[in-house]
Amino acid sequence: MASTHNRTLQEKVWIGVLYGLSAAVLVFLMAPIFAIVPLSFNSGQFLTYPLEGFSLRWYQEFLNSDAWMRALKNSFFVGIISTLLSTSLGTLASLGLTRADFRGKSIVMAVLLSPMIVPMVITAVGFYFFFAPLGLTANYTGLILAHTALATPFVVITVSATLQGFDGNLARASSSLGADPVTTFFRVVLPLIAPGVFSGALFAFATSFDEVVVVLMVAGPEQRTLPREMFSGIRENISPTITAVATVMILVSVVMLATLELLRRRNERMRGIR
Amino acid sequence: MTVPASASAVPAPAGSAQHNDSPAALKQKLRRAERVRKLRAMGLIAPLFFFLLITFVVPILDMMRRSVHDTELSTVWPTVTAAMDSWKDRGNVPDEAVFAALAKDLRAAGETKTLAVAARRLNYAVDNGRSLVFGTARRLPVDATNWKETLIGIEPRWGQVATWNAINQASGPLTTFYLLAALDREKLADGSIVKAPEQSSIYVDILERTFTVSLSVTLLCLVLGFPVAYLLATLPAKHANILMILVLLPFWTSLLVRTAAWVVLLQEQGLVNELLLALGIIEKPIRMIYNRIGVYIAMTHILLPFMILPLYSVMKGIKPHFMRAATSLGATPTEAFVRVYLPMTLPGIGAGALLTFILALGYYITPALVGGAADQMISFFIAFYTSDTVNWGMASALGAVLLVATLVLYSLYNRLVGISNMRLG
Repeated sequence: MASTHNRTLQEKVWIGVLYGLSAAVLVFLMAPIFAIVPLSFNSGQFLTYPLEGFSLRWYQEFLNSDAWMRALKNSFFVGIISTLLSTSLGTLASLGLTRADFRGKSIVMAVLLSPMIVPMVITAVGFYFFFAPLGLTANYTGLILAHTALATPFVVITVSATLQGFDGNLARASSSLGADPVTTFFRVVLPLIAPGVFSGALFAFATSFDEVVVVLMVAGPEQRTLPREMFSGIRENISPTITAVATVMILVSVVMLATLELLRRRNERMRGIR
Repeated sequence: MTVPASASAVPAPAGSAQHNDSPAALKQKLRRAERVRKLRAMGLIAPLFFFLLITFVVPILDMMRRSVHDTELSTVWPTVTAAMDSWKDRGNVPDEAVFAALAKDLRAAGETKTLAVAARRLNYAVDNGRSLVFGTARRLPVDATNWKETLIGIEPRWGQVATWNAINQASGPLTTFYLLAALDREKLADGSIVKAPEQSSIYVDILERTFTVSLSVTLLCLVLGFPVAYLLATLPAKHANILMILVLLPFWTSLLVRTAAWVVLLQEQGLVNELLLALGIIEKPIRMIYNRIGVYIAMTHILLPFMILPLYSVMKGIKPHFMRAATSLGATPTEAFVRVYLPMTLPGIGAGALLTFILALGYYITPALVGGAADQMISFFIAFYTSDTVNWGMASALGAVLLVATLVLYSLYNRLVGISNMRLG
């Protein structure tokens, strides 16, 4: 569209239609976010516009509610532990996957990516049948194991993609200078792929933080997370407190997205220098 | 890392005697180094591989097993289920021996309080199977000379072949009952497979509904996503990056947050109704939630980025030269677009549409929260049979149908784009 020739009327119409449609779709995409944030600061009881007045009462309600606070703690606890586990397992596996080809690699790959492919409800029911006899339902261990399994494909994909761009000669140089593989990994490879690993960890955390179907199936009342609490909230009777929780969760997403974007830019810059 | 293994793994000090090795010995060394390398790579993959095998793949396979495995009845009624082997004349009810076995099991199950298990299992295949079991057990005499007559006297349904066919099919250990039921089919006593009676035929409707909703959402996403992807791909990077944030932010926002937002927006006094009223488009508020409209709106919103991102990455790779060449050769812009540009975006359309469709097929939370009873898709019933009615065989059979459909579509997707090339925002 950067062409400099004179546009015909037909072209102009098409471009107008394109911009109009795109603008409408982008408004559609952002509408829920823009609509729910102001409601969380509304002093009125009802989730309707126009707003009655500014108030932080719904945030206060959120902070003073035992159920919501427990959910907040659970979400971060389960999210962080499963992120640590899945990032470690996923990074190791990615190193192996990019290092050599072997027979049956495609089958291994299929297993590693399967948690991303299988519909969530099947995964959740599978976990339920499997965990129930082992006493892992209504239990943090079960939930963390499940979320770890669900998050690993995102780590594998992100870290593998970063390793594709990693210059293997650097690791070779390190070993030729006498470093053992573990030293090489921590002193040479890891610092260079750190942005990728961190992005993978962010994806893993987002997966756990947003997950509700598995929580519905395998978690007990003690393990309720934020999405789980929101699910009940929406289903039973939607109170303005939910809008405050939603705003907090949007903030978490914004922080994650911004971090990811910074990592991407940093990565691009570093490659530019090379 | 495509450099040959020999370059890295063989520590060959320069100028040493090894230079004099015969080609055969060198080859052997290379092979050994290659093997060590492979083993190391596998060692790195092994922890995750076995972790997922145990915590993920085995549970799913176990669930699939449950769709054909049926031992509920044979556990509580061991005698009669074992005696069913002697039932050869499928046109008539079994002999006295089988009826005696049933009487024995009814009494034993009554004593161990496991009648409910048998009643539940029979209820899946026989109308009012629960009352049949409990009614007979309640009026069961202590002894009888002819159990066949006695039982049929208590409940005439024991004299029907259909009842015995149900017991026979539930005798385990393997059954096709659940899988056939998931497709609204049943097996008659003579082994023929027919359409199930009207009142129990609900699953094909559910499958069709799941398919219709997924397809409609995919088409909506394509129609809405195409212009946005095109704009993103053709704008200068500076502007495109800002617009990209408008696509990625909703993508990163929690599913529950977005669903909650739609519930608020679409309610009767919600912003959307207010806006339509103010603009004079409608005269009184319309119902847009707890029905199909709500499901379409919310699902399209949630899945739209999965369409835009693959479309964008394909369009980004299409050079503007092609369009210019087409117009310089006399094509109108519309012609150039339809005959030159559009065909080149097909891989993106394919990838985006497949991905959107696959994800939509398995949707559970959004329809459960913004849809009505008639908008629930297959995932809802899988969850329902698992936790509400504890009909695990049916849950597993429906799960098997959904899983097979998903895997078939994913293998298509894999051939088209490769799963590991999936864009993650």
